[in-house]
Amino acid sequence: MSDTSSAPFSLRASGRLRRRQLVNRAMGGLALGAAALAVTVLAIVVISVGSRGAGALNLDFFTQSQPQGFNPKGGGVLFAIVGTAILVGIATLIALPLGVLVAIYVSELASPRLARLARMALDITNGIPTIVIGIFVFTMIVAAHGQSAFAGAIGLAIIMLPLIARATEEVLLLVPASQREASLALGVSRWRTTLQVVVPSALGGIITGTTLAIARAAGETAPLLFLTSLGVSSHADLNPFHPLQSLTLVIFTYSEQGDPGLQAKAWAAAFILMCFVLFTSLASKLALARYRKKLGG
Amino acid sequence: MTISHADRTPALKRTRGWLDRLGDPALKAITFGAAALAVTVLGLIAYELVKGSRQAFHAFGFGFLTSQTWDTIHNQFGALSLIVGTAVTAVLAIAIATPLAIAIALFLTELAPKPVRALLGALVEMLAAIPSVVLGLWGILVLGPFVQDQLEPFLNATLGFLPFFRGQSSPTGILTATLILTIMVVPIVASVTRELFATVPPELREGALALGATRWEMVRGVLLPAARPGILAAVALGFGRAVGEAIAVAMVIGSQIGIHWSLFGHSDTLAARIAVQYNGAPTNLTISSLVYLAAILLVISLAVNIGAQLLIRPIDSRPRRRRIALDRALEAQGLSAD
Repeated sequence: MSDTSSAPFSLRASGRLRRRQLVNRAMGGLALGAAALAVTVLAIVVISVGSRGAGALNLDFFTQSQPQGFNPKGGGVLFAIVGTAILVGIATLIALPLGVLVAIYVSELASPRLARLARMALDITNGIPTIVIGIFVFTMIVAAHGQSAFAGAIGLAIIMLPLIARATEEVLLLVPASQREASLALGVSRWRTTLQVVVPSALGGIITGTTLAIARAAGETAPLLFLTSLGVSSHADLNPFHPLQSLTLVIFTYSEQGDPGLQAKAWAAAFILMCFVLFTSLASKLALARYRKKLGG
Repeated sequence: MTISHADRTPALKRTRGWLDRLGDPALKAITFGAAALAVTVLGLIAYELVKGSRQAFHAFGFGFLTSQTWDTIHNQFGALSLIVGTAVTAVLAIAIATPLAIAIALFLTELAPKPVRALLGALVEMLAAIPSVVLGLWGILVLGPFVQDQLEPFLNATLGFLPFFRGQSSPTGILTATLILTIMVVPIVASVTRELFATVPPELREGALALGATRWEMVRGVLLPAARPGILAAVALGFGRAVGEAIAVAMVIGSQIGIHWSLFGHSDTLAARIAVQYNGAPTNLTISSLVYLAAILLVISLAVNIGAQLLIRPIDSRPRRRRIALDRALEAQGLSAD
């Protein structure tokens, strides 16, 4: 067998084809490199937050209130965790029903023109910087009534509303038209069809969409800055009409302190928050993908 | 034609009670109310920002946009250096992020082995889920020292002949903020671009490959042109995100007024300035000036979002057809019931 390059009809690419293949391979390499870079950055962030945060994690961190004074030792962030839960809970109570209703209107009842208007408003709201929403709630509510967890929750609800509404609308559109038609053909009125046939079959998608919105809201800092407590207090206050602390505000405040003990607390709080957010958003995204496949196929 | 009109009407009345007859308009009214509220909130935001910035607007007018001063002691405010800081960080971040994101999307749709595609895609999207305050903390304490000790000296040594890469190395500043914003923007652009690539009809790809194009030539000749308007929209959305990010940028940019060439130096952005100064704002005019900044941000985000939607609209209109078909079917049913 002679060497292929010396054969009269070489199968090995040469000249222009060879260059095209080289370019092809180079571009493939670049794409691989870009994907690897993104995953590496994610790994670096997760590992560096994890390794610094895990050291400061102990039982006290979850069960004690924040330490006071100039040189605090020990203590935890119990009330920041509780505060975040209350803030996000109230925001969900406001945004979930509103979001589902808006989605029903847009996908089931509105005329195409009104639906487009509502959809556009939702997308624009979604694009508004969260700090601007913070300023808005401040001038609307806080300027007159003072800081409260409730004001913070309204800020978060404005952020969650378009997310929930758009996610719900998307799954409502996935519900097969044949289901609606079957129900209507049986003489069921339109509102019953919507509430008892269409919405229940979209329920899985609504729940995962809401979970995604919760994950997003739990990690928000900017809209809370001037709405609920920035200071660190140690008393057990659970009244949503008082300013409450939140995990994100604790991280923001402690990150600017020179004290290594407080910085360690910031890392630990960041670690918990990141775990919660990454876990819930990953789980709900997987569930949503599965759900979509089920409805689509 | 044996059933008379008189026979049919009572039967319909029995099956549809008063609840059913009230239910349709009621559901429509309630959902319409919710949608109207969502639209109203948008209007209210604009109204409150205009109202809150009125004092600063009276004091400085549009000169606010062209003045560099930000002096809380003498009550002189201008947004120019903040606008420049915002533009520089956001444009640089999007310039780095766009090619990266397109490359990632290509890898995820074209090159990655099928089993790992979903996993890799989820990992890239997780990058977008990291809370900005966590990324900011990481930026101060991990990325900052790296930028100061490695990246900036390296850039200074290799590209120091340019004015952008001169000056004192520092853990905080424009470069660190740009990198943090890049990390935030890449997954947004990548996930949209990926979905766009997935919607390009397989016949087009296969046709190009069958004609002897290499995979890259197929990408350049078929995928990228087909996805171009969508990619532009994704870039616009990413830009909007970068412009509006307050917390992470406030933590790493150094909060300093002034315009200079070096990327190593401190600067500030519109959103970051609001985040840092609003709570401790000493005078009403300061507060009003900060609301003015928020109004500028709102205008930018409106322009960016509406622009992006105009680009996306032709793609977005497909699922509606199904709903219109259903509407027609319902109307037909309504006619037959009469």
